[in-house]
Amino acid sequence: MSMTAFLGRRLLQLVPTLIFILIVVFVLVRLLPGDPASAVLGDRALDADVERINRELGLDRSLPVQFVAFVKQVFTGNLGNSISMKIPVTQLIADRLPITMLLTFMAAVIAVVMAVPLAFVAALRRDRLEDSAIRGAFQVGLSMPVFYVGLILLTVFGAKLRWFPVGGYGDGFLDHLYHLFLPAVTLALSLSAILMRNLRSAIIGVVDAEYVTFARAKGLRANLILFRHILRNALISTLALFGLSIGTLLGGAVITETVFAVPGAGRLMVDSIYGRDYPVVQGLTIALAVLVSVTFLLTDILQAWLDPRVTK
Amino acid sequence: MTVMSVSRLRRLPRAFVFGAAILIASVIVATFPSAFAPYDPLAMDYVNLLAPPSAAHPFGTDNFGRDVLSRVIHAYTIDMQIALFATLFPFIFGTIVGAIVGYVGGVTESIFGRVVDAVITFPFLVLVIAIVSVLGPGLINMYIAIGVVGWVFYARIIAAEVKVQKRLDYADAGRAMGYTHARIVFRHLLPNAITPAVVYWMTDMALAILLGSSLGYLGLGAQPPAAEWGVQIADGKNFMATAWWISVFPGFAIVLTGLGFSLLGDGLAEILRGRK
Amino acid sequence: MTEPILSVRNLTATFGQGASALRAVNEVSFDVMPGEVLGLVGESGSGKSVTLRSLLRLLPVGGHVGGSVSWHGKDIVRMTDAELRAVRGGQISMIFQEPMTALNPVLPVRVQIEENLRAHTQLDRKGRNARAKELMDLVGIPDSARRLDEFPHQFSGGMRQRVMIAIALASDPKLLLADEPTTALDVTIQDQILNLILDLRDELAMSVVLVTHDLGVVAATCDRMAVMYAGRIVEEGDVTQVFAQPRHAYTRGLLGSIPQAGTERSMLLSIDGTPPGLAAIPQGCAFNPRCDFATDICRRTRPHLTGDGHRAACHNSDAVIAAGSPVKKALSHV
Repeated sequence: MSMTAFLGRRLLQLVPTLIFILIVVFVLVRLLPGDPASAVLGDRALDADVERINRELGLDRSLPVQFVAFVKQVFTGNLGNSISMKIPVTQLIADRLPITMLLTFMAAVIAVVMAVPLAFVAALRRDRLEDSAIRGAFQVGLSMPVFYVGLILLTVFGAKLRWFPVGGYGDGFLDHLYHLFLPAVTLALSLSAILMRNLRSAIIGVVDAEYVTFARAKGLRANLILFRHILRNALISTLALFGLSIGTLLGGAVITETVFAVPGAGRLMVDSIYGRDYPVVQGLTIALAVLVSVTFLLTDILQAWLDPRVTK
Repeated sequence: MTVMSVSRLRRLPRAFVFGAAILIASVIVATFPSAFAPYDPLAMDYVNLLAPPSAAHPFGTDNFGRDVLSRVIHAYTIDMQIALFATLFPFIFGTIVGAIVGYVGGVTESIFGRVVDAVITFPFLVLVIAIVSVLGPGLINMYIAIGVVGWVFYARIIAAEVKVQKRLDYADAGRAMGYTHARIVFRHLLPNAITPAVVYWMTDMALAILLGSSLGYLGLGAQPPAAEWGVQIADGKNFMATAWWISVFPGFAIVLTGLGFSLLGDGLAEILRGRK
Repeated sequence: MTEPILSVRNLTATFGQGASALRAVNEVSFDVMPGEVLGLVGESGSGKSVTLRSLLRLLPVGGHVGGSVSWHGKDIVRMTDAELRAVRGGQISMIFQEPMTALNPVLPVRVQIEENLRAHTQLDRKGRNARAKELMDLVGIPDSARRLDEFPHQFSGGMRQRVMIAIALASDPKLLLADEPTTALDVTIQDQILNLILDLRDELAMSVVLVTHDLGVVAATCDRMAVMYAGRIVEEGDVTQVFAQPRHAYTRGLLGSIPQAGTERSMLLSIDGTPPGLAAIPQGCAFNPRCDFATDICRRTRPHLTGDGHRAACHNSDAVIAAGSPVKKALSHV
């Protein structure tokens, strides 16, 4: 199978997933407590006003009709207006989602930077002091809730030492990076622990593989063996896990953004749930799910590129 | 204890022994919190507001003058319950569905595959938060929300394992002897397929404590003034700079308990690997 | 008499440390002559593969090599990393049993050949490309230019083994170490690969150490053979001599287990029991519990290799010789 055929098949698989996402979101939102009209108008609204709002939102029609209308709207890029903020949901998502994406991306990079070298040390010094220390530290890291880590980092490096801002997003790209650094570290901790564990056992599995012995038998330099023959093969299985972890990372972003007062999509999600702003909840859920699907797609492509057995 | 059983205990992986020790202690504390807590977890002491750790209050007091140590101890009851109840339903339901999917295969399996794809596409926490917001905050609703999503992971593990077991000879033998499908699946295949799911269950309980305390922190799980570690950390978040002990000590309890489950899971996996 | 190109003396391979250390190879000594094919024979667990890997210090983590392996006046066991790298793949090459696992699955064949050339020759990009193609032609892979850019899983089993040989031969080694190179292959392909190795031996004037458990392969390809049991060499000599008149009871048992054309099945001897584990090697001669010729002395003292040219470590050599070789016919059919 060529890379093009592989891509085509993989893109085709997205279709049922996207349909399922839309159904879940549609059903979930119809189940939200209280009717949206009274959320907008308050408890003492007139019946006529409630009816008008319901008509505007299309809630007076039958469910299948609503669903078809909903799918049509989604595909034309119309996700409705925020009830509380009176602006288009797409506008809100365009404003807030990039912040969450940047945060998640930074966290992913930090997690990889922490996990890869330490996984190597742990695997190559297997069962010795270094290995136990690294694994112990990451085990503790894995047991710490995101909000707890965030709170401690915020207090120590923000409030006490004043090395980093205690919240917000800042102005300009570098300032964004500066503001998002602590939240990203917070978010990265558990992912790096998971990656480290997985990569460590992958490396241990590869180190004694026959092709590594063959590479040694060729008289290659240690660095070349390490990077070309060991790391590349070990990364393939870890990469799949990394892709799957992006969803968890985005979920963690909801909490991190709350702790650090970052005005991203996660924070918006929590606020909208509290405020029963259901078009926003709906739009954001779709956007996050699509984001995760696209990440899965990208990791699959990367994996196919690293591992020729996938496509050929 | 006989000499025999001591030597057997020695041969168990260290992770397993440590994990089991932590968890047994946790269960005892969770069952009889009043026997260990020096104070009533809800009793307010307006003379001792935000008191730092001392001999009288080893973990200090919070902004209502409540004893932090007593609250951490009483929280064991709720948090250990969360670990159990948030995972038990997904474990049972997921196991049953997974066994059926793995045994039947075919179209059922493809449909299940799409469901798995879609579920892992939603950030787990986002979905749980959304469901809790539909149902309203509280522990029971939190269990339901986690259960609605969580069973999928167990089902996936069991389905894969049952599929492997199905191809082995003894499954054919069962069919040849005219056993019912249900009997083959649940009496013969499942007991052999269930071990990876049990290992995952241990890890999942650690995750459930993290998730439960996260929802408590966001105000969607256990409700104040109940003592729950996430709620306690949220209570203390505005006092971090001045009275760190309110939030920091409950965190220790979360880490310790989570560590107990992870170690037990790792140790169990090691034992089961060794047996094969 | 010509000088050996490789001289192995008292080679040991140890795994682990202290009381729990295990010796997989014990006091093994042998020579390899220029241009000869030496067979290292034994059941699995006899230490033959570990012996072969120890020659290039290619043991897994935790393994330790002792003794000496002299190569062109230098002791490989005591070489620095840089010296060892020059020998590995450059002067002494190695091929493995299972090409599917010995070739890196995620790299095209070209990279796996050219990295050898990069390490041991001064060739530039163009030169490496030309040499890689030449090597593929040499080992008989058709359409070499195109196939260089394919991945190992795109080759058949026999072709994959040829690829591995091409990689091993890239830098004109003088000695090829072959670890059961045909065990994983179909019988017809086995012959092709063995013939290829023999042809290349002649063409490139190299020596070969061939590890195998298959005496048929030894008869067809080797000049001399050394039989290993429980980490030691128990008999060594010219293949014709050993086949005609085994001096060790174990060798005789092995020879008896080869199925022969034209003989009745009842003639097939086999050795009862299984080889001992490394942690439980019997006292005296390691083979004594399974041996039909064993006497009291076999259970007490370990026999030493004796003899000149054709050597054996057996207390009851005379009885074994008297019993005769179980190989009635010359193994001309292989």
